[in-house]
Amino acid sequence: MTESAGNKNEDCHAANGVKPGRNGMVKNHHHHHHQKQEKVYHAACNGELYSRPFIESFEETPMLVAVLTYMGYGILTIFGYLRDFMREWKIEKCHIAREREEQKDFVPLYQDFENFYTRNLYMRIRDSWNRPICSVPGATFDLVERSSNDYNWTFEYPGRVVKDVINLGSYNYLGFAENTGACATAAGEVTVKFGVGMASTRQEMGNLDRHEELEKLVASFLGVESAMAFGMGFATNSMNIPALAGKGCLILSDELNHASLVLGARLSGSTIRVFKHNNMQSLERLLRDAIVHGQPRTHRPWKKILILVEGIYSMEGSIIRLPEVIALKKKYKAYLYLDEAHSIGALGPYGRGVVEYFGLDSKDVDVMMGTFTKSFGAAGGYIAGRKDLIDYLLTHSHSAIYATSMPLPVVEQIITSMKCIMGKDGTTIGRSRIQRLAENTVYFRRRLREMGFIIYGNNDSPVVPMMLYMPAKIGAFGREMLKRNIGVVVVGFPATPIIESRARFCISAAHTKEMLDRALDVISEVGDLLQLKYSRHKVLPSLDRPFDETTYEENKE
Amino acid sequence: FELLFHSRDSVKMAAGQQWVLVEMVQAFYEAPAYHLILEGILILWIIRLLFSKTYKLQERSDLTEKEKEELIEEWQPEPLVPLVSKDHPSLNYDVVTGPPSHRIIVNGKECINFASFNFLGLLDSERVKLKALSSLKKYGVGTCGPRGFYGTFDVHLELEERLAKFMRTEEAIIYSYGFATIASAIPAYSKRGDIVFVDEAACFSIQKGLQASRSFVKYFKHNDMEDLERLLKEQEIEDQKNPRKARVIRRFIVVEGLYINTADICPLPELVKLKYKYKVRIFLEESMSFGVLGEHGRGVTEHFGVNIDDIDLISANMENALASIGGFCCGRSFVIDHQRLSGQGYCFSASLPPMLASAAIEALNIMEEDPGIFRVLQDKCKHMHKALQGTPGLKTVGEPLTPALHLQLENSTGSRTNDLKLLRAIVDYSLDRQIALTLARYLDKEERFLPPPSIRVVVTVEQTQEEMEKAAQCIREAAVKILK
Repeated sequence: MTESAGNKNEDCHAANGVKPGRNGMVKNHHHHHHQKQEKVYHAACNGELYSRPFIESFEETPMLVAVLTYMGYGILTIFGYLRDFMREWKIEKCHIAREREEQKDFVPLYQDFENFYTRNLYMRIRDSWNRPICSVPGATFDLVERSSNDYNWTFEYPGRVVKDVINLGSYNYLGFAENTGACATAAGEVTVKFGVGMASTRQEMGNLDRHEELEKLVASFLGVESAMAFGMGFATNSMNIPALAGKGCLILSDELNHASLVLGARLSGSTIRVFKHNNMQSLERLLRDAIVHGQPRTHRPWKKILILVEGIYSMEGSIIRLPEVIALKKKYKAYLYLDEAHSIGALGPYGRGVVEYFGLDSKDVDVMMGTFTKSFGAAGGYIAGRKDLIDYLLTHSHSAIYATSMPLPVVEQIITSMKCIMGKDGTTIGRSRIQRLAENTVYFRRRLREMGFIIYGNNDSPVVPMMLYMPAKIGAFGREMLKRNIGVVVVGFPATPIIESRARFCISAAHTKEMLDRALDVISEVGDLLQLKYSRHKVLPSLDRPFDETTYEENKE
Repeated sequence: FELLFHSRDSVKMAAGQQWVLVEMVQAFYEAPAYHLILEGILILWIIRLLFSKTYKLQERSDLTEKEKEELIEEWQPEPLVPLVSKDHPSLNYDVVTGPPSHRIIVNGKECINFASFNFLGLLDSERVKLKALSSLKKYGVGTCGPRGFYGTFDVHLELEERLAKFMRTEEAIIYSYGFATIASAIPAYSKRGDIVFVDEAACFSIQKGLQASRSFVKYFKHNDMEDLERLLKEQEIEDQKNPRKARVIRRFIVVEGLYINTADICPLPELVKLKYKYKVRIFLEESMSFGVLGEHGRGVTEHFGVNIDDIDLISANMENALASIGGFCCGRSFVIDHQRLSGQGYCFSASLPPMLASAAIEALNIMEEDPGIFRVLQDKCKHMHKALQGTPGLKTVGEPLTPALHLQLENSTGSRTNDLKLLRAIVDYSLDRQIALTLARYLDKEERFLPPPSIRVVVTVEQTQEEMEKAAQCIREAAVKILK
């Protein structure tokens, strides 16, 4: 429910009169308005930057749905207050954990209102999250059965297992979450030989030759000079950005960047300004203003400007407009930090991420960051780039000095899966998985759209958000899907804007056509049940329209 | 005008969220007429501000487009990173080939390991390895998701339950990275405006957690309870000036059980006394003391016989004594459960690979089955501490019970770089004689109070008496030879 935190920063100078919608497109439904926006910037100016069609859509929330959604929250809030009142007067049994008697006179650890949302909204549908699983998180998984007798305040585990649930929730893009096969075998061998712990940091006694081998492999996979691996994806951002920027530097951050990027930026002590999601006008305006005006008050020029973006945004399913970002970064001499947590392995003909997807040169991205958690079925993250960058991180990364290094079974899983993707294992398994993922993605997205759901994001993104809007439907969708043996992720506020609650499907290369068809049938059935087919765009079935370079938008009516 | 606004409102602000609606209405009735007029004007002013055009935050400039272009053309940023010289002391890491266990191959030389925090030797345990392997065969390696989205495995729940039971607390929560544990836990509770009292010797992850929390941080001298009490008293006086404000400011003491930077133990009983006297919550970071101190390895609370419920939050990593990966926090459910939605490193990160959780469970099994292991470790620590006394030119820093001692120069050369070079020479000398040691590494410019340069000497249960004697002897020789 909480995946990508919004970028709340006081220092946001983004709003400058113009209020472009998400993705540089005005979210306004009126056709002429939309075209105007496009003409001003994207199609006319930068169409030539793209080597392939860039089709991304964010259909506007229908007015009636928006009104009903707000009403839903209104009713929930009123009932929340009512029940808080009843709890206060002991009319309703109170399940909330209480402060110890001895510490009653301490300053309260939480303000009462802080947990209002958790207590009265989240708790009602808490069973949609943290569902424990007891198998490989592959194309299907087994869930531990869980029930609650007190409206989700506590859970009980009767000891039964729900078998073979189709997994549309895990970030298993290339299907490397496996307990058999080359990766598991390799990881198993080192487990027996090396054990799982490291008990030291990279700079002290935890630097194994296998770590260095992994880093060389990552560098060659990405086509850069050098790379460095870290034990946790989140920490890769939060512990390395502070090494790259500091006081007197400016960080320009996409408003929907992941919490780890936000935290890293904040820990760095730099000034942070936020631009509209994937909106190049907003970014360019910030860049210009920053260089022209310099630092606030002192007017000294900025030491450097670092742009933080992600390859695929995990809640929107959008792909970064990388060709334009690179053009801007070159024009304004800024540095680019690209977080490929979701895009590495999942995009590009050889799985090398968003840079390859757009046919660009990885040397144009100053800092290539990514994680091993998703496509590689392992854990941890990497930073790659020029040798001087990596040398600097080797000596200054917080992670290298203070955090225990990466466990070897994980290292081995990454090496084996990456070699498979690169075809270095002598098979075409990797290649075919990448193709499979791309096909599955296009197929799944197309079918959902044809059914009349509102789907966000880029046509090629394996992250597929489907809009639910109303708070009651979050829980209902999750439960109804599970009843029909399909595991999905549902998300609401605060991970999304308050009215844009959604379900999110993550497509995997491990999904067979039959699984996807079965899932689609069920989604359609539940969609009818819960009236989720909001889309007012009549999409023709078999949407195999020829795309040309100027096709930027999908929402043509 | 601005000032008036401020002074009137600051009273309300201070009361914060505790301002009751009824009181407000009452105040409205009782207020003199000029107040109402003033507030009326203020409201009008706010309305004006709301409807006026958004003004640019950037100062207006009269620059023409051409001038702007010139400025943009002229601007030269600093390089992304400064160049690192080839002979930077920490650029070239020591390379370990083979398992980082009791016998370790460092830079091609087989040594006895006196550097890894593998205190209980569980890294080499066959039982742990086999448990991890069977877990791997069931779950694969990665979890492919955060805890919320199908990243919760049955072994995670089991491990949390086992840790809570082991520590005798109500609840435990696990993180996938040791460093992120306390660094996420602190900002989950302590927010802007809150006050945290921290020991100067606190480790880097505590410092980062404090930075992320944006609270007021007050450092007290290392293990100096008088200094802490002085700060608490100062705060008390401050609170009396503004009791309404004081009622909403949370306050915490953050200490380590066994300090990684100084290798000594915090005076926990005194801290608990201060806690109740001044009503401050205690967060205790036990990465070095969990599985080390106390009769059953429960850490510094057991060591002092302090009631664990008196500590609001205990955090530790599972990377040292447990020889797995990740970290955990434990305490009462009232406190711990909050992190499941507010601990950033918990919510936003992929969960711990299940095989690592299984390894930790098996390690806990071993610790529970054989509590004698802690006694063995403590005896060895004392032995090593004694053996290192009287090394010429080097002072042993730390208490006899600590498994990770520091050897510092008695007489500094006056330059940190040169000190480090001397110490590194001792490490190299030892490496040549089959004793693997390491320098304690820090980020010189980032540490709040940079500890003096030192060599780390780590004691594990696997080291024999002879090996420890040999190591101490070797260090002595090196010191005589290199420090003269």
